[in-house]
Amino acid sequence: MHTGAGVEARLPIRSDMDLVWVRQHVRQAAAKLGFSLVDQTKLVTAASELARNTLVHGGGGRMEASHVTTGGTDGLRLAFSDSGPGIPDLDRALSDGYTSGGGLGMGLGGARRLVHDFAVETAPGAGTTVRVTSWVSRPPRLRGDV
Amino acid sequence: MPQHETGATPPTPAQEVRDFLWRRSEQIAQRWADEPLFRAVFTVSREEAVEAGKAVVDALAQVADSQRVEDPDAAGFTGVREQLARMGAARSRAGLSATQVSSELAALLPPVENLLVADLEQEEPERLREASTALSVLLGTLRLVAMQTALSEIQALTDRQRLQLLEVATPVIKLWDGIVAVPLIGTLDSARSQVVMETLLNAVVDQHARFAILDITGVPTVDSLVAQHLMKTVAAARLMGAECVVSGIRPAIAQTIVHLGLDLGTVKTRAGLADALAYCLHELGTNIVAAAPGGAGRR
Ligand SMILES: Nc1ncnc2c1ncn2[C@@H]1O[C@H](COP(=O)(O)OP(=O)(O)O)[C@@H](O)[C@H]1O
Ligand SMILES: [Mg+2]
Repeated sequence: MHTGAGVEARLPIRSDMDLVWVRQHVRQAAAKLGFSLVDQTKLVTAASELARNTLVHGGGGRMEASHVTTGGTDGLRLAFSDSGPGIPDLDRALSDGYTSGGGLGMGLGGARRLVHDFAVETAPGAGTTVRVTSWVSRPPRLRGDV
Repeated sequence: MPQHETGATPPTPAQEVRDFLWRRSEQIAQRWADEPLFRAVFTVSREEAVEAGKAVVDALAQVADSQRVEDPDAAGFTGVREQLARMGAARSRAGLSATQVSSELAALLPPVENLLVADLEQEEPERLREASTALSVLLGTLRLVAMQTALSEIQALTDRQRLQLLEVATPVIKLWDGIVAVPLIGTLDSARSQVVMETLLNAVVDQHARFAILDITGVPTVDSLVAQHLMKTVAAARLMGAECVVSGIRPAIAQTIVHLGLDLGTVKTRAGLADALAYCLHELGTNIVAAAPGGAGRR
């Protein structure tokens, strides 16, 4: 078990430079909690996608990182939130290749595939919060039985 | 508390200073023109130094007028910030340390103070003392403003250097006749990708390259934006008649790309730089290989 030191953080997402700090923090936190190299890379990549969405589509916001545990398993939870326009059609936004801008449209759906738990809270005009969690080695519960 | 009253209310110390600055603007500027700070910056014309001095006196009077002699954010300073920055920068270029520049700024006070004393000699000593305190606070604030401005100049410089670093960190290496390689290092954000693409396309043209290798061993994260940039670069190079090969995709990144759902199908990839080079050589030089079956033999 881990104490959580160096994992908990609240980082602003206001510029490209902030995205660098977000990735760096997630990488370090994941390494501290004992994630494998592949799992670190997955988490950092998911964080990069979600943080960029916060910046580009949400007009800026923040990431909160926290250390979670279940049944002796360590996990890393990341919450990306903004008070932007919100996502009007979440299913469509999650589908591969859909973009409202000039992106590849792979970020949201891709991030969901890269983590164990994925939840979006959004409403038109009310901003967006995406919460993701990954667990060191195995997820304590199988995904799919939501 | 300072009050704006009509009638016999005596002026506040700040107002006293304001009136003095207005009255003596020309003389103060003349004296400052002989101080090292102004002399060293306006080397060509004394006239210019006096003009610059007047602008600073004016700003100080405005600040005094707003009764905010202690406030570096007072609106009155806005107009002279740029000028102070230029003066500070000129002194730093001349080799002065920040402390030395600061004491040159401090040296602006005594000549003004002497004038003030001369002007208010007839007044009660208390009024003179208060006015002279307000004046020295005001000039202290000016010093602070100049130092703040210098600091933000340093910030701007670091930002510029960061941008320049992006450029030098994108070397194009000619590996072979017709084959160039770009080892990408660090974060491939949009600004950086633009630089990479331009550098690469220029090299393709200049070196008549038929192959360009993009080595991403040094890129820590490949997300959909990075992938999009890579694909755009590959497409642009193709338009220039060059084929791109992306090398250095590490195993963890390869797995992540697959989960992310990115399709790099249109992009030729090789594990390492050497594999990529071998591929390009093979594509370029089937004849060379066929003509030298012995390997090390004479051509
Ligand atoms: N934080 C957000 N705020 C508002 N809209 C969002 C947000 N995140 C995603 N979206 C919407 O979902 C779409 C799909 O996102 P994504 O899969 O990351 O693709 P891309 O960013 O390449 O457009 C975006 O184009 C945008 O319309
Ligand atoms: Mg996106």
